Amino acid sequence: MSENSLNSVGIVAPQTAHFSEPLTLKNGEVLPQFDLVYETYGTLNASKSNAVLICHALSGNHHAAGKYAETDKNAGWWDNLIGPNKALDTNKFFVIGLNNLAGCHGSSGPSSINPESKKPYGASFPIVTVEDWVNSQARLLDYLGIKTLAAVIGGSLGGMQALQWTIAYPDRVKHALVIASAPNLTAQNMAFNEVARQAIITDPEFYEGDYYAHSAVPRRGLRIARMLGHITYLSDDAMGEKFGRKVKDKIKYSFDVEFEMESYLRYQGDKFAGEFDANTYLRMTRALDYYDPALEFGGDLTAALSKVKAQFLVVSFTSDWRFSPDRSREIVKALLDNELTVSYAEVTALHGHDAFLMPDAHYHTILRSYLQKIEIQ
Amino acid sequence: MKNNVYITNSTTYRQDFAIIAGWVGFGSKVLDLGCGDGELLTYLRTSLEIKGYGVEKDDTNWLACLQNGTNVIQMDLEDGLSGFENQSFDTVVLSQTLQAMHNTEEIVKEMLRVGREVIVTFPNFGYWRNRVQIASGGHMPVSKDLPYQWYDTPNVHLCTINDFDKFCNNYKISVIERKVITDGIEVSFMPNLLGNLAMYRLKAS
Repeated sequence: MSENSLNSVGIVAPQTAHFSEPLTLKNGEVLPQFDLVYETYGTLNASKSNAVLICHALSGNHHAAGKYAETDKNAGWWDNLIGPNKALDTNKFFVIGLNNLAGCHGSSGPSSINPESKKPYGASFPIVTVEDWVNSQARLLDYLGIKTLAAVIGGSLGGMQALQWTIAYPDRVKHALVIASAPNLTAQNMAFNEVARQAIITDPEFYEGDYYAHSAVPRRGLRIARMLGHITYLSDDAMGEKFGRKVKDKIKYSFDVEFEMESYLRYQGDKFAGEFDANTYLRMTRALDYYDPALEFGGDLTAALSKVKAQFLVVSFTSDWRFSPDRSREIVKALLDNELTVSYAEVTALHGHDAFLMPDAHYHTILRSYLQKIEIQ
Repeated sequence: MKNNVYITNSTTYRQDFAIIAGWVGFGSKVLDLGCGDGELLTYLRTSLEIKGYGVEKDDTNWLACLQNGTNVIQMDLEDGLSGFENQSFDTVVLSQTLQAMHNTEEIVKEMLRVGREVIVTFPNFGYWRNRVQIASGGHMPVSKDLPYQWYDTPNVHLCTINDFDKFCNNYKISVIERKVITDGIEVSFMPNLLGNLAMYRLKAS
């Protein structure tokens, strides 16, 4: 038995919170009502001061740790981090994972049923932003009776939410752990998102986003989008180490799978296309593109963070070129300019952007050490 | 480069700390470059309630800082201090690290940009024991303060007090105060010969 399964949160079950108060979104639209599906691990203490919110990245969801049944092949997506005596210790913290709005795992989103029309929202589901997510997450905390988060933690797009929490709700979050993230996307980073979206939108099965009504799935587009994503999440060195130029069988001079790398990308693409919703993918990438808290401060991130009170741990990975260390340093500089409490680690790692999900010993020791020092009243 | 907290192995560090504490204002904002395990910042935080930040490259030292509650930014000083705003610190400290820097001029310039005052300490290569080792044995000095052989030393820019005075003069850097100590005792007579640790309090002029 591995150490991980010994320290597992065990069998978990998702819950759904329904919100009947309308939520006004950044684009001006109003969601009259919505559902958020979430999971919790550990126990909320009497003073409700030990809550940690996990914000998921592009393709994540509420199922961050544990299994739904012993027979599940895989545990939650951040199970290597979350559990009793793990770096994010559920003996100490009450950990909340949720599926963001526009998701496809139970929270209100394009593929869920619009209670008014009794049909899937489809293309009519609004384009949501990181700011909207954080506002909806605050509603979830209200629902759970939690005033203040001991910490908010997220990697990549999740790190943007963690940062946004400290901007939008400075009095509701004590610590923010912002991992492999950025204060906005570069043109190159947005360009990858655009290619991914074009793959989906130009798929003949897309039907302008209302493919549910046509019993169609834009599988090809989603598959290509995911293949592209996977290339950018890995470093050249990591792909070199993992696949190199290894040939699958023997060279056939064809367009079938010739190299191991192709086999991996096709497998990942097919798997994803079979379980994820294309409309959700479009919206998640857009949320990434739009996030730019400095924009309304004339590009001045220091000014954007002037109301922030939280203490920060910022972590980047040396081989991450999609959310490079330089981008994390921009966040750190803005925090330093505001004389906030911050530590910054640049973890030497081979795995590119994916490193934030890997159980690297030094990386996890950093998170463990930081989380251990958080005092719970 | 070795991962030692201090690139020299001085037993006088407490004295060193006490003098630095005398040059740092109560409750001020201090940046310690090459902060090791955060010992100096912890000392200043405890004694003077400073708001301190450390810069450290080494993983083990960085982690030690995090664990003892020192704010610590992981980066290589050789890359400069572009992550820090002009005049954003009361004091910037470079304790016994100057001699291991490749780009000495640049780091001093950067410190003066970021800090209103700068504290630099370094082992004085003009110390008589170093001179004796070269003069009598014809070898590069190896001592408890400079524990490396010439071929494995991180100390690429050793200098004497006279050299550093000249450096400050050339670059129009004001020396607010200078102290020289040997085994924890202040040396005022022939410091370039009798002192083994030089401590400078500087500002841009």
